[in-house]
Amino acid sequence: MSGFDLSAILKDPASVAMLLHGVEMTFVIFAGSWLLAMVLALTLLSIRFSPFRFGEYVVAAYVSYHRNVPTLVQLMLWYFGIFTLMPNGLTSWLSAHNAETIFAIIGLGLCQAAYFSEDLRSGLRSVSPGQMEAAKALGHGYLSAMRFVILPQGVRNALPPLINHSVSLFKNSSLAIIIGAPELTHAVKEIENLSFRTFEIYLIGTVLYLFFSLLIMGAGAYLSLRADPVRRARA
Amino acid sequence: MITDIITIIKDYWLLLLIGQYPNGPLGGLANTLILSALSIALAFPISILFALARLSKWRALRWPVTALVYITRGVPLLMLVLWSYFLVPLLTGADVPSFVTMLTTLVFYQGAFLSEVVRGGIVALGHGQMEAAKALGHSYLGAMRFIILPQALYNMIPSIISTFVSTIKDTTIGYVINVPDLTFAASQVNNQLLTQPFQVFLILAIVYYAICWSLTKVANAIEQRITRRRAGPSRTVVAPLAPSKILSEQP
Repeated sequence: MSGFDLSAILKDPASVAMLLHGVEMTFVIFAGSWLLAMVLALTLLSIRFSPFRFGEYVVAAYVSYHRNVPTLVQLMLWYFGIFTLMPNGLTSWLSAHNAETIFAIIGLGLCQAAYFSEDLRSGLRSVSPGQMEAAKALGHGYLSAMRFVILPQGVRNALPPLINHSVSLFKNSSLAIIIGAPELTHAVKEIENLSFRTFEIYLIGTVLYLFFSLLIMGAGAYLSLRADPVRRARA
Repeated sequence: MITDIITIIKDYWLLLLIGQYPNGPLGGLANTLILSALSIALAFPISILFALARLSKWRALRWPVTALVYITRGVPLLMLVLWSYFLVPLLTGADVPSFVTMLTTLVFYQGAFLSEVVRGGIVALGHGQMEAAKALGHSYLGAMRFIILPQALYNMIPSIISTFVSTIKDTTIGYVINVPDLTFAASQVNNQLLTQPFQVFLILAIVYYAICWSLTKVANAIEQRITRRRAGPSRTVVAPLAPSKILSEQP
């Protein structure tokens, strides 16, 4: 093994192909679990705002479980535990279709939904009740007050934590290596085993993760700026 | 199902609690708690230094630490664990146990995260405190030591507890480098039983849930007390606290 040499990896077509595939799978896991989390979070939120007391307890229990159990343990429970309890037909179908990736998406998505729904809830709750009354006094109905007055402010308030948690979700996608999903960290480990250039490949992996995390943070900052009419007018 | 779980707990509770202790390294739940407590204890002073460096007027101090904090926030903990697993033995030249590797990573990682909390706490106090302290003849360091930090850190107690909770959750990542913690013990149990993975990992989840849930409750109770105390006896002025991190810590 010789000195520091990035080109040994970057000029090797097999390693580059592995890295690209890793990045692609990380994005599949990130995008898939993000969408799942958002859909679930909105569902949880509407259950929580519905008048049924029981639904509220269910959502609170869901959120509490997914926040207080480590994400890694949740993934293990899904892949090593629940996977084996599923009926045979489903198990073999999943095994033929990248079960690791599917369970990574399910596990991370369900976990993140708890965080997203709380972010949205606290964002909406931070809009004072006076806003709704004022909107109604101005002749808005409930739905149109929600659409034009409450939701724009609530979502804007929820943006910063939503962005932070999106970055965490992106970083947590690396946990999928535990259940063997072929994502970026997995590719990094594999190339390390093949080339023994630990320092170089870790550096490449770290820079890739950092780049995409900063990209998400930057996109989030831009979105927050766009969503804020006062700052947008000033900019 | 429930009888299975009870049988597993009856047979393996000692392994889950302390690992293979008298015959091997300490492990299990005890090790998880020791590892998280140690990392918080060591990360705390580091986080104060980081926060002071980030608030410093010297760029040479501010920029590198800011870069460090951003890098730590942008890279998965798993990647940092792999880095220390590779670098710590290389730099120390010794065969370091995985416990120490994980401890180093967690101290660094949580130090960076806590430094943001400390910085927020100091900024939330406002300029007036520092100016008043200087007017009374304190130097910068004296004012920090006797006026600013005691107030900021007191307000931060709930955030520190919630960081402790997330550290407990983060120790599970030590699984990739075989740190003998609770997750490791559970997977050992699973390897011995082979037939009941769901039950074993359910027990694991329940144990983590019990610990983290109760600690979060404690943090919330303390936070309410601090809010009340800061509001004062008249309860007319409710001072805004540094934004609570309890509900948003990851993972």
